[in-house]
Amino acid sequence: MSLEKQDVLKIAHLARLSLDDNDAEQYQNSLTSILDLVEQMQSVDTDGVEPLSNPLEAKQRLRDDVVTEGNRREAFLANAPQTEAGLFLVPQVIE
Amino acid sequence: MNWEVVIGLEIHAQLSTNSKLFSGAATSFGAEPNTNTTLVDLGMPGALPVFNKEALRMAVMFGHAVNAEIGMTSIFARKNYFYPDLPKGYQTSQMDDPIVGKGYLDITLDDGTVKRVGITRAHLEEDAGKSLHEDFHGMTGIDLNRSSTPLLEIVSEPDIRSAKEAVAYVKMIHSIVTYLGICDGNMAEGNMRCDVNISLRPKGQEAYGTRTEIKNVNSFRFIERAIYTEIERQADILEDGGKITQETRLYDPDKDETRSMRSKEEANDYRYFPCPDLLPIELTQEYVDQIAANLPELPKQKADRFMSEYKLSEYDAGVLSATRAMADYFEETANVAGNAKLAANWVMGELSKYLNSESKDISESPVSAGHLGGLLVRIEDNTINGKTAKSVLQAMWDGEGSADDIIEAKGLKQVTDTGAIEAVIQSVIDANPAQVEQFRASDEDKQKKMIGFFMGQVMKASQGKANPGMVTPILNKLLKG
Repeated sequence: MSLEKQDVLKIAHLARLSLDDNDAEQYQNSLTSILDLVEQMQSVDTDGVEPLSNPLEAKQRLRDDVVTEGNRREAFLANAPQTEAGLFLVPQVIE
Repeated sequence: MNWEVVIGLEIHAQLSTNSKLFSGAATSFGAEPNTNTTLVDLGMPGALPVFNKEALRMAVMFGHAVNAEIGMTSIFARKNYFYPDLPKGYQTSQMDDPIVGKGYLDITLDDGTVKRVGITRAHLEEDAGKSLHEDFHGMTGIDLNRSSTPLLEIVSEPDIRSAKEAVAYVKMIHSIVTYLGICDGNMAEGNMRCDVNISLRPKGQEAYGTRTEIKNVNSFRFIERAIYTEIERQADILEDGGKITQETRLYDPDKDETRSMRSKEEANDYRYFPCPDLLPIELTQEYVDQIAANLPELPKQKADRFMSEYKLSEYDAGVLSATRAMADYFEETANVAGNAKLAANWVMGELSKYLNSESKDISESPVSAGHLGGLLVRIEDNTINGKTAKSVLQAMWDGEGSADDIIEAKGLKQVTDTGAIEAVIQSVIDANPAQVEQFRASDEDKQKKMIGFFMGQVMKASQGKANPGMVTPILNKLLKG
């Protein structure tokens, strides 16, 4: 299976990556070879094999429903380039 | 053409846990911006989610309440999209293996018919933060308090055929989650949000038409109006030979119209994949069974019990069991009053009038169930009559204390002393000689009509305190001379 350049640009956009033409071509090749490998793997007979969602042979640990963390707003906001009235400010999002 | 409406609903119910789905931050509503956040909620590199036990239990409770298969192994997945109020760049949700599988619930329509609506699934997911677009000199403010708050997304089958059915379904879900105590159900605060999928097809056709999705409708009334509006819009387009565009729309209650949200071509390309930070959730049969065994009484069971235990009509039982707050209030009032029928009448009548006039929910009633019950006790034992009781309720609503305090303070105790009543009646007779003469000259039928005048005068003279049951015979006797 080979990817078109268009596909690469779309994937890049979904991941908010900016690619120039050169990059796009390079990714087109490397992604295509990954898909080739996937295609090869798909020829393996997996009848009767449960889909694997996590490679660890373990199950989810649960946490008690208790509030364990308090207000650390000042520390968190200190990392942000712009804040106001306790809010993080970001470039306007137009709805 | 004759169109059939096809509706499916997605309801997001915020689970009423103390802490968030994946972090130990509080979930309290209305906190100062960004004070209920942790490194996990902010999506800081290396911060790992840990799943909240209580959210799991609540989801399983819901599954049992809608007769659903419980997912014994369920998996969290990442739903990837970029938006500033989602700092991780993905929402942790569930895709292939949700915690709650296929189920159903029965809704009762206005005409009394019962309709079964299928539940496709219900899955756990985290909420996003909030974007504030006003007053930040051209920037957007982000509050992440809501980020990672646990949601149960309940998806129905496209079994719903009208706006009325949709509202009945949402009310039933609302009732179930509040009965289970897993969601506060406050739609105005966004506790429960509803997305409506609507399409039309010619009557008799099997294939579904193209659907639109109306996002985030947040009241029962708006759900109904949004659906009517959208049905009309789609029918107009189809009648003119046009085509419906599959898209997400918003309902604007001020203009009573739906309009297209910014078109997002890749909006549905969420590239779900299993979340590597969270392991599969494995449930044991024992755990699932134990939750089933401890399920609280559900709305339908409650209504049935109200009919058998308190001899209420089906209608009254339905109204009084509609929400858990209402049912609890009624039962407590009935227990204190010792007369369920009287309690039902006052809760659905006088008290509801006050609540409606101030758009208050019964849980916010300034008159407690105990106080209302106390008032009804005084009607039952003839301390006050029904009319006086209404004025006492007004005083209770205004925060003047218990019924007994108010009756005492205002001297409203009904006069049951025969001598005192006779004296009042005599004074009324003395004060209205012309009417008395006319009364005595009239035949019995006419007298029956005229007695109301004297009754009114007596109640006025006694400031409403005379016991009407005692006044009538004495008044008749004295009038006839």
